[in-house]
Amino acid sequence: MASPALSLTQPRPSLIHSEAAAAWLLSAPAIIAFALMVMIPTLAAIVFAFTDYELGSRVIRFIGWANFVELFEDRGFVASIRNTAFFVAVVTPVSLIGGLLIAMLIEAGTRGRAFFRAVYFLPVVSLMVAMATAFQYMYHPTIGPVNALLRQIGVAGPSWLGSSDWVMISLSIVGVWEQIGFNMVLFLAGLTAIPREIYAAAEVDGVRSPWARFWMVTWPLLGPTTLFVLTITMIRSLRVFDIVATLTQGGPNKASEVLLYTMYTEGFTFFRLGYSAAITLVFLIIVLVLMLVQTRILDKRVHYG
Amino acid sequence: MPGITLSNITKSFGDTVVLRGVDLSFAAGEFISLVGPSGCGKTTLLRIIAGLETCDLGTVVIDDADVTAKRAADRDIAFVFQNYALYPHLTVEQNMAVPLFMRRMNALERTGFIGRLMPGSRPKRAAIKAEVKAAADLLSIGHLLDRRPSQLSGGQRQRVALGRAIVRHPRAFLMDEPLSNLDAALRADMRRELVDLHRRVGVTTIYVTHDQAEAMTMSDRVAVMLGGVVQQFATPKAIYEQPANVEVAAFIGSPRINLIAVKADSRGSILWGGTRLIGEPSAAMTLGLRPEHLGVKPDGAASMVRHVEFLGPDVLVHAETVENGNALIVRFAPEAWSAFESHERLLLGPIGPVLLFDAQGRRVPSAASGRMSEPAVRAVG
Amino acid sequence: MRGQARSLLADMPRLAVLGLIGLVMLSPYIWMVSASLKPLDELFRATLNLVPQTFHGHVNYGRVFAEVPVVRYILNGIIVCAGILAFQLAFAIPAGYAIAKLRFRGRDTLFAFVMLGLLVPAHVPALPLYVAFAQIGILNTYAALIAPFVSSVFAVFMFRQFFRSIPDDLINAARVDGMTEASIVWRVVLPNAWPAATAFAIFSVVAHWNDLFWPLIVVNGHSVATPALGILYFRTEEAGDDFGALMAAAVIMTTPLVAAFLLAQRRFIEGITMTGLKG
Repeated sequence: MASPALSLTQPRPSLIHSEAAAAWLLSAPAIIAFALMVMIPTLAAIVFAFTDYELGSRVIRFIGWANFVELFEDRGFVASIRNTAFFVAVVTPVSLIGGLLIAMLIEAGTRGRAFFRAVYFLPVVSLMVAMATAFQYMYHPTIGPVNALLRQIGVAGPSWLGSSDWVMISLSIVGVWEQIGFNMVLFLAGLTAIPREIYAAAEVDGVRSPWARFWMVTWPLLGPTTLFVLTITMIRSLRVFDIVATLTQGGPNKASEVLLYTMYTEGFTFFRLGYSAAITLVFLIIVLVLMLVQTRILDKRVHYG
Repeated sequence: MPGITLSNITKSFGDTVVLRGVDLSFAAGEFISLVGPSGCGKTTLLRIIAGLETCDLGTVVIDDADVTAKRAADRDIAFVFQNYALYPHLTVEQNMAVPLFMRRMNALERTGFIGRLMPGSRPKRAAIKAEVKAAADLLSIGHLLDRRPSQLSGGQRQRVALGRAIVRHPRAFLMDEPLSNLDAALRADMRRELVDLHRRVGVTTIYVTHDQAEAMTMSDRVAVMLGGVVQQFATPKAIYEQPANVEVAAFIGSPRINLIAVKADSRGSILWGGTRLIGEPSAAMTLGLRPEHLGVKPDGAASMVRHVEFLGPDVLVHAETVENGNALIVRFAPEAWSAFESHERLLLGPIGPVLLFDAQGRRVPSAASGRMSEPAVRAVG
Repeated sequence: MRGQARSLLADMPRLAVLGLIGLVMLSPYIWMVSASLKPLDELFRATLNLVPQTFHGHVNYGRVFAEVPVVRYILNGIIVCAGILAFQLAFAIPAGYAIAKLRFRGRDTLFAFVMLGLLVPAHVPALPLYVAFAQIGILNTYAALIAPFVSSVFAVFMFRQFFRSIPDDLINAARVDGMTEASIVWRVVLPNAWPAATAFAIFSVVAHWNDLFWPLIVVNGHSVATPALGILYFRTEEAGDDFGALMAAAVIMTTPLVAAFLLAQRRFIEGITMTGLKG
């Protein structure tokens, strides 16, 4: 397009300067806040990880990889990683498949959609600490309804939160309960985005059973949504903290110790800030790797243009 | 008797009656168009024939078999959708192969890995691959077999949708406005190709469109649908020259037919534009005159020229009769371009067949009495 | 076919499954409320009756209101969430608009930083921020609770996406009319930003109302404690003895958001998933 004296899409030089000035002015608060509250602290955390900083100590020494070496030799930290991995490995597939199934059930008819959507989504907006205490009551070995129910059918229920064999499973159940509604809503959006006509075309092509319909149309076309739900759920599960802090505080005997809770206790109970920062760094790396895997490897295979 | 017969097809959505007792009979191998404005029920009717919708009343018979209770997958028909409805995650080849896979292989054979190992699976797959290639070549998309739909243009996607239909050798093709998403030039090309394809493949085709020109140029017979009822089902020529009623006459033909309200005298005589016709005594009737059947005549109705359009092969003159303000469109040869100007006064009258419709809009045979005088300016045709 | 209206009879299996699983989902709430109405001895009997034999609700709730500064906690929650939201919007809307609509050098780098910021989980800066706040001496204040969250890269990202969808012509027309950039933001852009703003608001309020991690770190005592922290305090004090009162406290603290959700369901779900999808 030729440039007449006054062009709407290409402001005159002086206008550009004022536009740039305006842009920086508008962005300044956000930039300053970001630098102060996110960037600098993150860099500081990375630096701390290589020091032996403890709160209140006057001397900080740079100790290289020593924190990390200590981490991976520390039984407690290893347990923490293991428990977090367990949690993520259980909660992710169960809440993903569960969310999908519920979404498909809701989508399959017209009755009660808004009602069921609300019911399943309720945990997502509920105060997790409060609900965790509700679960504490339910899981109570003697006065809790779960074991009371089991007693009715003659089964002796375990100490759900007090037994090192059961504690991570109990917490995982809470984790699934917390996440399933969120995934359900995402899948609902994905399902409604599938054009109805493709189902009609599949019918004409001879795709008869609901199972075949799912494999031929629903599952492939949900690809991007599924990938997104997978990533989101994994990252949200990685960040588990509230339920551990409320219910078990990492016990019994570190059986429910998780990554962020270890980071918290090391940093704010023992005030070993350098050590805690090292844990933070490990956490950050795991998250980054997860996101990298999503964008690089899986994303391509799942988007159809 | 091969072919498709529809009897008393009735369908309502909630309180709205969409189809009111439709009866139609198509012979095998015919190219039929269902044409009508949006909302007239033609797509619903097509989907009922396909089995994608159920009808409240009536039967669908395909090749002597009553398929009314059968689902679409069991009716051996192919459907081409307006938006193509291709599987976005499959290649062109895989898209076209789906109907063959579904029909010839069971669930286990279809799975990618195990299926290949099953005995008898390889020759089946090879046969399917060959048939897909043949259909693709027929539609000139053989070179696109490895592409995904997102990498194709609209016209190419349409061909893939067609390929998916013809690869099955079905009893009938049902097409729901397949060309309406294409640009005009492509549409014209595809129209010719579809007619050509039909000639080669010879399968009964039912084609739904809202474009009357498309219906008229492509079909053996046309069913004009308005308000959930088939108004007329006949060859294009018959529909054009002998429309069953005013609605059909108005819907078919571009530019629109001229409709003039007239009143017959006590003996049924109607006089307009210098031509006398016999209708019903003392009845309010409607004259129908195609634009090419109007011309300048010495005893014609006095009219004012409002607007002249030069189309190239024709000139369209928009005029208004002085007496009643009837809007008229007249078609002239291009040489007439310089002869007319706005606000010029012309005397217009019939120079071709005049259609006559009774008070309810039905066409009645009209006896034109008196010879029609020669037009002052030669018209088209 | 999917989504077609079926007869009630044909729909029963589906409704039954949804209802059954739904009941399981709701069981914590049901039991929570039920326990909050029961006296201790009935709780210890561990019957499966939902309805209390002796109504003890007034005692349990009464105890909570007497011993726990409920109103204080809820007020704190409102102050903190509202404060965070106000700053987030105030910072992110102009920045999002600038990145979306204005042309200037460094715009792409800026946006790259936004994307980078999205990768960093909120827990990473926590430690150093705590140290810094301790040094400044603002621990245990509203400022400490609000400050770390005022920069929401997610909000900037979201508003940028949203503003990109506003037609350029609208803004060019305002320019031709002689408006300054600032008044364009104020008069043209902001009114159009409303849907995105409410969606984000819901997301932000839910996230920060529920946050336990940061308040646990910076708060000591009851004066600025948020509802999440409040429940934790009560629970620790209780050491799991008076479950009735504990459940009553849980009910009270959960109710605000749940009530808001039930009243504006569609908004909530749209808000959280719209932001979720774009993230």
